[in-house]
Amino acid sequence: MSDNIVEINDLSFGYNGRLIHKGINMVFPRGKVIAIMGGSGSGKTTLLRLIGGQLRPVEGKVTVDNEIVHEQSRDGIYRLRRKMGMLFQFGALFTDLSVFENVAFPIREHTNLPESMIRDFVLLKLNAVGLRGAHNLMPTELSGGMSRRVALARAVALDPAIIMYDEPFAGLDPISMGVICNLIRRLNDALGATSIVVTHDVHEMFSIADYVYFVSDGRVVAEGTPQELKNSTAPFVHQFVHGEADGPVPFHYPAPDFKSELFRGYDV
Amino acid sequence: MFDRIGKALSGTGHRIIDRIWRFGSAARMFVYVLLSSADSFKRIRIVTKEIYSTGVLSLVIILVSAFFVGMVLALQGYNTLQKYGSSEAIGVLVALALVRELGPVVTALLFAGRAGTAITAEIGLMKTTEQLSAMEMMAVSPISRVIAPRFWAGVISMPILAALFSMVGILGGYLVAVPIIGVDSGAFWSQMQANVDFRDDIVNGIIKSVVFGVACSMIALFEGYDAPPTAEGVSRATTRTVVNSSLAVLGLDFILTSFMIHT
Repeated sequence: MSDNIVEINDLSFGYNGRLIHKGINMVFPRGKVIAIMGGSGSGKTTLLRLIGGQLRPVEGKVTVDNEIVHEQSRDGIYRLRRKMGMLFQFGALFTDLSVFENVAFPIREHTNLPESMIRDFVLLKLNAVGLRGAHNLMPTELSGGMSRRVALARAVALDPAIIMYDEPFAGLDPISMGVICNLIRRLNDALGATSIVVTHDVHEMFSIADYVYFVSDGRVVAEGTPQELKNSTAPFVHQFVHGEADGPVPFHYPAPDFKSELFRGYDV
Repeated sequence: MFDRIGKALSGTGHRIIDRIWRFGSAARMFVYVLLSSADSFKRIRIVTKEIYSTGVLSLVIILVSAFFVGMVLALQGYNTLQKYGSSEAIGVLVALALVRELGPVVTALLFAGRAGTAITAEIGLMKTTEQLSAMEMMAVSPISRVIAPRFWAGVISMPILAALFSMVGILGGYLVAVPIIGVDSGAFWSQMQANVDFRDDIVNGIIKSVVFGVACSMIALFEGYDAPPTAEGVSRATTRTVVNSSLAVLGLDFILTSFMIHT
């Protein structure tokens, strides 16, 4: 058994001939919390979709638990996905189902457990995210942070080996952010899983991640432990970690010379 | 000049290719739905829940419309038939018009407007809010869990709604023809009984409504599933559901009628 539950080798991916990823290499060792960071539009979420087999690479390969994802049949991909749990950016809870039913959904779909056991499992998972008391609520009655926690309970309902998080902190208040941050680490250690967190929230992620990849312009531009990256003098990492407006990632979108454009008039 | 013509031709070509592409995608989805149907019927509770939201919740608009359509048919029919001294045939006219044509067609048009748009918007929003992706990532096929149950709910609901439409329409026609206009009640029912054929009229009406059920449900589901995940995308998809379903129902009605009518 390989030490890495997920491996990405020389991966290139793009749409309509435009490459988003150009030869990416990453490894995700078992039991670790790994962050993938980078600016908006750098293809971080696409990487999760490639790991989940929702997209096929143009070149290179993604291996999950020693199996190449895009070489699998549909049934093979579904079999691999049963080892994964994914938390979507805004939870993606089923709006026609209650909190309880949302968490019970994967258990009902993939097991034949009796109702009493499903109830115990669901309450256990909801208790882990602190929302056992909210099991009767509908998703529309939850706050953003609560939705994210219910979605997390659903993602770990079947004790997956890999938990993927797509921007888990987006739009959350500081308290909810801290709660989610804590849960990611605690659940990972309790389940013995591997967590892959896509985010651009430096402070939160550096406090719980074991290893961080920085992605920019379709490539891994830096990697290391949070401490190594904090001390890094690489221009991109420095700009990203310290939130500087200008640097290798320019403030201005590429445009012709401002003065000449102003004098060109409307009709050009 | 030539440049403009070239651009127009190129634009038309792109639109035609896009339509063919979409038609192919819809056909492929239809095959997947049929292949996933066994799974749907294993979860019969989901199908019955969908029958409630597409069929039962469409009852009010369909029954009220049927009542008025029946009344108008009786008024118009009487106006013409009395000129030829055959006002007793009003029952036959109302029943045949409803059972053969208006029942299945108007029901399908109302179904497309009420349930079809709801299905498209629901599936489109599920896509926009990543609920379908979440299902995929849980190794659950959205086709068998979401699409197929709604498809069968539409196919099962449509003939029942059409039958109820015809029934209530005939009742509306009766209320106008017998108590208001004064046509003999016995003549109204007996002529209907004598001239409406079970095989040629009622069964053909049911066949039509089943075909319309397949067409309307599939169009609504495909448009929702294929909608771009934006507010504008869902809104356009909802509009396309009504337009395409209406055109499909009227076109299919002509084709089916031409096969069913034999001289």
